[in-house]
Amino acid sequence: MDGKKLVKMANDIAAFFAAEPEPKVALEGIAGHIKKFWAPRMRRELLALLDAGGDGMAPAVREALAAHRRLLQPATR
Amino acid sequence: MYSNKVQDFGTPARPAAKSVALQIDGQPVTVPAGTSVLRAAALAGVNIPKLCATDSLEAFGSCRLCLVEVEGRRGFPASCTTHCEPGMKVRTQSRKLADLRRGVMELYISDHPLDCLTCPANGNCELQDMAGVTGLREVRYGYAGENHLAAPKDESNPYFTFDPTKCIVCSRCVRACDEIQGTFALTVQGRGFGSTIAAGPTNFLDSECVSCGACVQACPTSTLMEKSIVDQGQPDHAVDTTCAYCGVGCAFRAEMKGSEVVRMVPHKDGKANHGHSCIKGRFAWGYATHPDRVNTPMIRSKITDPWREVSWDEAIAYAASEIKRIQARYGKDSVGGITSSRCTNEETYLVQKLVRAGFGNNNVDTCARVCHSPTGYGLKTTLGESAGTQDFDSVEHTDCMIVIGANPTDGHPVFASRMKQRLRAGATLIVIDPRRIDLVRTPHVAADFHLPLKPGTNVAVLNAMAHVIVTEGLAREGYVRERCEVDQYEKWKTFIASPKNSPEALEAECGVPAASLRGAARLFAKAGNGAIYYGLGVTEHSQGSTTVMAIANLAMVTGNIGRPGVGVNPLRGQNNVQGSCDMGSFPHELPGYRHVGDAGVRELFATTWGVPIQDEPGLRIPNMFDAAIDGSFKGLYVQGEDIAQSDPDTKHVQKALESLECLIVQDIFLCETAKYAHVLLPGSSFLEKDGTFTNAERRISRVRKVMPPLAGMADWEVTVALSRALGYPMHYDHPSQVMDEIALLTPTFTGVSYDKIDRLGSIQWPCNDAAPDGTPVMHEQEFVRGKGRFVVTEYVATPERTTRKFPLILTTGRILSQYNVGAQTRRTENKVWHDADVLEIHPHDAEQRGITHGEMVSLQSRKGETTLRAVVTERMQPGVVYTTFHHPESGVNVVTTENSDWATNCPEYKVTAVQVVAHAKKSEWQRGFDSFASQQEGLLPKTAVRGDVR
Ligand code: SF4
Ligand code: SF4
Ligand code: SF4
Ligand code: FES
Repeated sequence: MDGKKLVKMANDIAAFFAAEPEPKVALEGIAGHIKKFWAPRMRRELLALLDAGGDGMAPAVREALAAHRRLLQPATR
Repeated sequence: MYSNKVQDFGTPARPAAKSVALQIDGQPVTVPAGTSVLRAAALAGVNIPKLCATDSLEAFGSCRLCLVEVEGRRGFPASCTTHCEPGMKVRTQSRKLADLRRGVMELYISDHPLDCLTCPANGNCELQDMAGVTGLREVRYGYAGENHLAAPKDESNPYFTFDPTKCIVCSRCVRACDEIQGTFALTVQGRGFGSTIAAGPTNFLDSECVSCGACVQACPTSTLMEKSIVDQGQPDHAVDTTCAYCGVGCAFRAEMKGSEVVRMVPHKDGKANHGHSCIKGRFAWGYATHPDRVNTPMIRSKITDPWREVSWDEAIAYAASEIKRIQARYGKDSVGGITSSRCTNEETYLVQKLVRAGFGNNNVDTCARVCHSPTGYGLKTTLGESAGTQDFDSVEHTDCMIVIGANPTDGHPVFASRMKQRLRAGATLIVIDPRRIDLVRTPHVAADFHLPLKPGTNVAVLNAMAHVIVTEGLAREGYVRERCEVDQYEKWKTFIASPKNSPEALEAECGVPAASLRGAARLFAKAGNGAIYYGLGVTEHSQGSTTVMAIANLAMVTGNIGRPGVGVNPLRGQNNVQGSCDMGSFPHELPGYRHVGDAGVRELFATTWGVPIQDEPGLRIPNMFDAAIDGSFKGLYVQGEDIAQSDPDTKHVQKALESLECLIVQDIFLCETAKYAHVLLPGSSFLEKDGTFTNAERRISRVRKVMPPLAGMADWEVTVALSRALGYPMHYDHPSQVMDEIALLTPTFTGVSYDKIDRLGSIQWPCNDAAPDGTPVMHEQEFVRGKGRFVVTEYVATPERTTRKFPLILTTGRILSQYNVGAQTRRTENKVWHDADVLEIHPHDAEQRGITHGEMVSLQSRKGETTLRAVVTERMQPGVVYTTFHHPESGVNVVTTENSDWATNCPEYKVTAVQVVAHAKKSEWQRGFDSFASQQEGLLPKTAVRGDVR
């Protein structure tokens, strides 16, 4: 899927959680939201984009993906 | 008038606080205090003659036909204006009364044409009835004197006529327009014998009249008469059903002649509308039998191939084989479905079941994605349930209302009339909207505050108001500490109290003066009962979900949730937005808003449906488009939704649709999406099927079949057939069985059944053991999630910024006479009011660009360009332009962007940076639209309909 769009969507989510005073809660929030609402193929691509350098990704997105990789990694299907 | 088969009690009911006992014609009668003698008599089965009274209006006491005698009193009081008193003894019949009434009738009839046999009201006329019951036998005055018998008819309104020769000047119409509709379009001109009824300076069409029909129902004669009745005559039977247009969900009587509708009349017992309607539900039903209806299934293998008309069996078999072929080639997840908020709960439930159980994936979404998905997310997160908190009647108890991002007089007209009634009775009003919507100033209503914010700054405005409430000590701390999560509240309070959220800090950003923000916040916080009503101007933003949560925060911090008169009230656009969401149309949720990741819930469905359910969310509509373009999504079943017209960034949508190998469209017309389809399955209108709709107040109402489906199959039957052909048979003989399954699987619906809906009229969910008759007001004792949750709602500006190239902001909305993509209303006489989308622009912006009122202008954004007619108006603020998307050729969504709500991907229809340029011809997109349309027209079988080809 359009990688730029996925990154933008993830960045938008991170922008919402930026107001969260506790960083750990913010990262959980970002990862939790993506896990809850994104189809596996989108998450897989987002993680691949991170692995490819995470071009354009907000720092909070990178951190959240890295910290919660296991949660976000879909079972292979 | 209403059918004379429906009893008219003469004056409105009174709430039964105290009761009064009296005698009428020797019969003991007990009624609520404040009840008129006329009504009390009617309740006791005694019908006192009457003409100027009707139970939808306050008594007026002008005709003097309802006179009675009261023991111990002199004279003959009018029973409609006389209240019952304890011990009163009333006599309704005597020789004297009979003489008086006959005298009154004689006067009326002396100025009335005696053409009863050829009059359209024949058989349903109160004047005729009263002449009968009063025993009128002669008219001594004759017609030789002065009369009104030569007055010309006003036939300007496409739906009803005004024939002044028949008018008895009872003023029921005037009072209906004032009291019920609140438009004040009619007046009594002149005095005494010379008095006449007038709509504006010339005629109805040129007046303020909004064609709601209230005056027509109220008229006791044939003066105001539906043209359909003039043409077709009086109905022979009636069926109760529900309007299929907006989320108010008005109850109607479909008045029929055989299987032909002759009139739709709002149902007096309808709990959402109490006998009122708007132009759409009341009059705009002709589309249902429009010649453009698609009545034969069609298939083709490429969208450049001619359509081939086939049997239902062949169409269904072909569709199923394509889905199977695509899944075999590209994998199980390469197909999906879209449900529609215009379809019934049962149909929606079946489509999502077909996708989850038949296709075996969760790629199902609904058009609520592009309207109220942020409501679902925001209210679930804060309050625990994805639904509005109140019933409409709650507004009767409201002291202050906030209307934000909604235009109820156009979008939700019947509820707007209720709001106006309450506002005229003294409630205060805060309107938060970039435009000066009608509610800001209508007859006898003026907003206390209109906050004309810049589009995209809802969160800033709501934060600023909450800041004032918290920092000025106006928060209802006791309520909050008892009902909400205290640690979250403290966190939010620290955030909101910070100086960056003060009105002074945010006024430049949102464009609303700090003093107005402070004033509005104080007014709302100090009002006894504060209610917030909102629409798509809240949700269709990049911060849509944040705004919904900011609204919930504001309601909680002022203690305004959990009783009548308050609450958070999303006004839903289409008739069944609430229902389609409830039914599990979202890719991450099974019916009842339960996440697919919940193993217990999955198990419940898997057991009942006999197949496993995927445990991961599927694709949302915009994700489906992206996946189609990247080649991983190849097949789509769309029921009753025109995504090619309604979704943003049209060129992107078109590209996605062109990328599909099989697009199955089920629709009543050849809509824009159908032009990209490979299989066209004819849909059925709301008149052709049984089912239920759930309105904005969670009210489940019945839709009843009044005529057979034109194409032979109801929509639910088509989904069942498709599922069977896919190898997943579903077993239902009637939609009631689908509702039984929904009730079995959904905790908020366990008490719902067709029998119970028939018994109660309608039911507001949750309806279960805890609330067997349903729940008008939610969160009364505690929030559905236990404790209410405050959420930190940081204002984040939309990425869509004005630039030198695109210096204006485009925002979009709706108008009264058209509905959504207009597929239905454009095929009715409603086009008299709105035959094309126009661009509203402020005089200053117009002048700067050399644009004159009425000229064609080019509307350009970084996404695309289209051409519209300009309307120069001060309703707009400088810098903001506005249009609607009711007509496909206007291509408004060619201009809108891919920006969307961070949480739900609901598109940001409300903010697009644009430029407007004078003297335009059709845009390139529009020329392409025209040629594609004529190409598609050429591919239709010769016998088939033309549809939306132009
Ligand atoms: S138009 Fe009908 S309702 Fe109005 S005053 Fe005349 S008779 Fe009465
Ligand atoms: S149709 Fe409605 S708005 Fe028009 S005059 Fe009658 S009551 Fe008033
Ligand atoms: S207000 Fe809505 S539901 Fe009621 S008649 Fe109008 S369109 Fe139909
Ligand atoms: S009905 Fe009472 S005065 Fe007309």
